[in-house]
Amino acid sequence: MKDSYVEGIIYSNNEISSNIHEIVLEGEFKGEPGQFYMIRGWELDPFLPRPISICNRDNGKIIFLYEIRGKGTHIISNLKKGDTLNLLGPLGNSFDLKSKGKIALITGGIGIAPMAYLCRKLSAEIDFYCGFRNNIYYLDNIKPYVNNIFVSTENGSSGHKGFITELFNPENYDLVLTCGPIPMMNIVVKMCRTKIPVYVSMESRMACGIGACLGCSIETVRGMERVCKEGPIFKGEEVVFYD
Amino acid sequence: MTEVEICGVNFKNPVIAASGTFGFGREFEEYFSIEKLGGICTKGLTLNKRDGNRGIRIYETPSGLMNSIGLQNPGIDAFIKDELPFMEKQDTVILANLGGSTLKDYLEGAQRLNSTNIHMIELNISCPNVKEGGMSFGIKCNTAYEIVSEVKNICKKPLIVKLSPNAENIKEMAYSCVKAGADGLSLVNTFNALAIDIYKRKPVFNNITAGLSGPCIKPIALRMVYEVSQVVDVPIIGIGGIVNYRDAIEFIMAGAWAVQVGSGNFIKPDICLDIIKGIEEFMDKENVKSLEEIRGIIGRD
Repeated sequence: MKDSYVEGIIYSNNEISSNIHEIVLEGEFKGEPGQFYMIRGWELDPFLPRPISICNRDNGKIIFLYEIRGKGTHIISNLKKGDTLNLLGPLGNSFDLKSKGKIALITGGIGIAPMAYLCRKLSAEIDFYCGFRNNIYYLDNIKPYVNNIFVSTENGSSGHKGFITELFNPENYDLVLTCGPIPMMNIVVKMCRTKIPVYVSMESRMACGIGACLGCSIETVRGMERVCKEGPIFKGEEVVFYD
Repeated sequence: MTEVEICGVNFKNPVIAASGTFGFGREFEEYFSIEKLGGICTKGLTLNKRDGNRGIRIYETPSGLMNSIGLQNPGIDAFIKDELPFMEKQDTVILANLGGSTLKDYLEGAQRLNSTNIHMIELNISCPNVKEGGMSFGIKCNTAYEIVSEVKNICKKPLIVKLSPNAENIKEMAYSCVKAGADGLSLVNTFNALAIDIYKRKPVFNNITAGLSGPCIKPIALRMVYEVSQVVDVPIIGIGGIVNYRDAIEFIMAGAWAVQVGSGNFIKPDICLDIIKGIEEFMDKENVKSLEEIRGIIGRD
């Protein structure tokens, strides 16, 4: 039987860029790249847990990156070393780590988190494309594991000024994996058309995280599917995107 | 000590997982033995498969959440074939939640459920998230009366009617459903509610409104259970924002025979076990020998 929520003790919790935090928890946590945990650091307010994907995990520690978006992530950001969080997981499916050939990982904003974990675990030739709004972050944790890093910022403060998809040519790759804002992933899927295999890591508002409430379901070519259970990783062409 | 008989069906304890928050139990069986529950209410079933609503389906509110799932379900035949065999193996009461868009749907659905091993039907005349049918049957007493009496005529299982808090008058609605033949009542379903995305200048939900649940509705749900218990004699199952044993005991003291836990399942998959244990400990500590002793105690002379 799986564990319900278990406690993780905070080892560190630091802002690494404006509004972006890295939290390290101690405990024997499981999970593969692409999977996530439901996280609570409160009793009943906010009501729901927050789904956050694994950014790294080893030696009795698990790392999450999160962006402060509302009350829940704000509460988490105020926690200190020694405080605790409650975690349910790992949940959802994961990326295929056996993938070979030349692989492009494409991220937007906080979508970098699961891909930072993924690039450590893939044994393939990886080009990492990461787009940010203003400030770049976490790149030092990625560099050792990839062949090339391509960066874009919307304000031009680092790398290419514009969108990350403007730097990327799918035809150079055997496989494309992407995590970020849905409009970005929609563009990536379109660019790959059906020629280059592409997988997307979907985000959706979730309540239970375990497949019961159907709140996070998205449209796919097979009908409605749960981001928390059948996903969050889907084949790009199987997701119905709306422009 | 915690057992309760409702319409001839024995529940080992008064805690039931509410429809739409527990699937068909499979997801929760991974976390705890669901046989420990008093009962399980299935996801709302309709005659034909439904994909549910598009767009945002879940939106958090202070102390609760809004949902607009739209009765996504595999349809009754697929339920009977693919889900019921698993549920039947569990030693707990199965309540099949039956929804519909037309009277004919409800009747055909009830007909098909008659020949299964489910223990009770919970008639859903209160889903606010479907365009046709659903809650529209649960607003006016005469419409509810008609649908409940027709279903009761052909229904071979105990019939619980799930009431909407959006009914014009909850007491009259309860009375009408009982007069129409309801063997029991469960209340409340979600409150029809609205959220607006101020940056998009649009409603959050494609259907504009959605159903509000969670601790924020509890005091109103509790009041409705109390009021209904004053006008009907059939068993009442209390629903609305229950997240701990204290909430559950409040509903029982207001007049409920049992309770359903809905949104609470989202904050902790095994929350029902905590509630069951809490009720047992409360009864022990307060020297309550049976739930009947405290049921509706606030309304007694």
